[in-house]
Amino acid sequence: MECVKPRVLVVDDDSALAEMLGIVLRTDGFEPAFVADGSYALQAFRDHKPDVVLLDLMLPGLSGIDVCRAIRAESGTPIIMLTAKSDTVDVVLGLESGADDYVVKPFKPKELVARMRARLRQHEDLASETLTIGPPDAPVSIDVPAHQVRRDDAPVALTPLEFDLLVALARKPRQVFTREVLLEQVWGYRHAADTRLVNVHVQRLRSKVERDPERPEVVLTVRGVGYKAGPP
Amino acid sequence: MTEAPSLSGQAPVVGAGSHTALPPEQPLAPPPRTSAVSVLRKRALGPARKAVTEAVRGWQRSLQLRVATLTLLVTGVAVLVIGIFILDQVAGGILGAKRAAAISQADVGKDTARTALATVDAGDVAGVADAQEQITAQLTASGRSAGLFSIAIESTSTDLGSRTTAEPVPPGLRRLVQQGYLAVQYSPLHAPGSTTLVPGLIVGELVPARSGLFELYYFFPLTAEQQTIALLQRTVALSGLGLVLLVLAIALLVTRLVVRPVRVAAKTAGRLAAGDLSQRISVQGSDDLSRLGRSFNDMAGSLQRQIRRLEDLSRVQRRFTSDVSHELRTPLTTIRMASELLYANRGQFPPELARSAELMRAELDRFEALLGDLLEISRYDAGVARLESETADIRGVVAATVAANRVLAARHGSEVLVDAPTYPVTVDMDSRRVERILRNLLGNALDHGEGRPVQIAVGHDDDAVAITVRDHGVGLKPGDAGLVFNRFWRGDPSRSRMTGGNGLGLAISLEDARLHDGWLQAWGERGKGAQFRLTLPRRAGHTLLSSPLPLAPDEFDQAEEEE
Repeated sequence: MECVKPRVLVVDDDSALAEMLGIVLRTDGFEPAFVADGSYALQAFRDHKPDVVLLDLMLPGLSGIDVCRAIRAESGTPIIMLTAKSDTVDVVLGLESGADDYVVKPFKPKELVARMRARLRQHEDLASETLTIGPPDAPVSIDVPAHQVRRDDAPVALTPLEFDLLVALARKPRQVFTREVLLEQVWGYRHAADTRLVNVHVQRLRSKVERDPERPEVVLTVRGVGYKAGPP
Repeated sequence: MTEAPSLSGQAPVVGAGSHTALPPEQPLAPPPRTSAVSVLRKRALGPARKAVTEAVRGWQRSLQLRVATLTLLVTGVAVLVIGIFILDQVAGGILGAKRAAAISQADVGKDTARTALATVDAGDVAGVADAQEQITAQLTASGRSAGLFSIAIESTSTDLGSRTTAEPVPPGLRRLVQQGYLAVQYSPLHAPGSTTLVPGLIVGELVPARSGLFELYYFFPLTAEQQTIALLQRTVALSGLGLVLLVLAIALLVTRLVVRPVRVAAKTAGRLAAGDLSQRISVQGSDDLSRLGRSFNDMAGSLQRQIRRLEDLSRVQRRFTSDVSHELRTPLTTIRMASELLYANRGQFPPELARSAELMRAELDRFEALLGDLLEISRYDAGVARLESETADIRGVVAATVAANRVLAARHGSEVLVDAPTYPVTVDMDSRRVERILRNLLGNALDHGEGRPVQIAVGHDDDAVAITVRDHGVGLKPGDAGLVFNRFWRGDPSRSRMTGGNGLGLAISLEDARLHDGWLQAWGERGKGAQFRLTLPRRAGHTLLSSPLPLAPDEFDQAEEEE
């Protein structure tokens, strides 16, 4: 357990739920802060500098999707959506606007905490490790301990989740990863979960590291199976 | 990739992924001879039959073609009859006039001949010849009203004037003349100054004289009349043809005027049916056809309004579902977290409070599952369920389902046996929904399996995959196989369920299968267990015709299939 309690920003307008979340999170060793209105969410994010954000999708003021976009525009801090809708469109929209993961209400507190811990997981591997994938004429190099990715010697800004996804693929360049395996390795799911998480985040990753996201060279799709890293 | 021989009851596959081996059930005997012969005959008749079929189809399809053809036929026959009648009348008139003129010429000629021959004695050869010359000269000079003609005078009784004429006289005519009649006959003649034969009219009469009986023949060539009649024929034929073409053109024009708006209406109706509700026909004027167009547009407008209203309703329903979902789930989350907290600390409570915390937690699970299922069903009812289809290996879904139900299986003491191919079987499917179907089927089988083994089999062919889930429990009563998919249906209300099944699972599974264009069917026999079969098309949009696995287990009669 970390010496400093991880800070959590809870953006939810339901005061009962927020209070209950506070109780659960404090019990589990987090330090929660609360904001109920979407329009103040970004300011609260800047004030509290949380390690993880819990974000309800239906908010007064600014909608959850917009809050998510605004936070993502200035930080890669993990965002977990609290959604009452398992409808495809809403979930995909949330993920596309930058959320790393989501839990569907009504969730169990253990499930929520597990999702948060997976996002907060620190990488212990401090040995210098540099990985290179992608086409030889435009390789993507990854400095793992420094959390830095460069394409054509230009730095690429990835969120921690996108970085983890890229490293997972790059460490075994010839292996094809199924979506289920990636869910387990990157998101920390123990059992089958929503594979759309993987699809959406691969799209987001491609839009940052690929020359042409329509014709990927770094993260390749293996039809019917999953994804693999492009040859170095 | 090499494959171990499959012991799973699949058709044996030779070599890695080889599909060239004949399936064992393929008959090796040649087909009966008669069928081969009939095939040959069919092949020989093929092109001709095809052409006929094409023509018939064209005839049935095009109103314009039918109208044009019928018009052509009717007008053609009418013009032909009228033309023949006109030609007959005119030719008869012309020839009749000619004949009358010829007969009056013969009357005049008879007197002339009698006068000329009156002075000639019998036996006076030179006299007869003179008289003949005189008659010829006189008659040919005078007789202009009947047109050109030549004559011949022959003596019947003596051989005096038996001069050979240029023209042959038909024997029938000669006989009549010798009997004293004025005889007329149409017969081919030589045209004057040529050897070609032309139609002609021959008039013969008997001229009695002192020197004996003389036959006087007039030869009228009908060249002029024939030319007139030929001209007339050409004129009638040409004008008849012109008339037919004119009527045909009018028929085409009129049908086009009628058919075009109808075709436009048909095309527009097609677009409307395809979903473009804004399609309308442009209407001009106020005749019957524009009235058709206007009614059509009215109908389209009314349809559009109705569909918009239904769409609005559906939108409201979807919105309602989503709102209910959100509004119910947020308080439920708070309750859930509170209950988890109480449950986690139940050790500190007195026994009755601890038990209450346990019950609350368990019932919350049920409540949540029921809420989820109700929302899912309402999504189907609103028609907003959408397939997230992608190509995946069906075995992965089966394995995940079995793994997820391991705890439940252990609690029931049932073994779950999976019989699947050793190679990937890819299907276009929404894995989440297929897994939900299998979870429901497996949960159901474990629930009713009485602790006996549950068997899952995966079968496939080129078009479909099938998964059967078989239990050996209480089975189904006759007729229940069709009812198990009804909402909140319970085979035996007195039985308790360990999975907390709420009666919506199979109904949702059926909807999930239908969304894939697949089948979900049940078989069961009292005391012998039940089998559920899910059949999915391997490629999205493909229509299922058969399933790779039988609905009833092998040891039972397969004719009992029912949905």
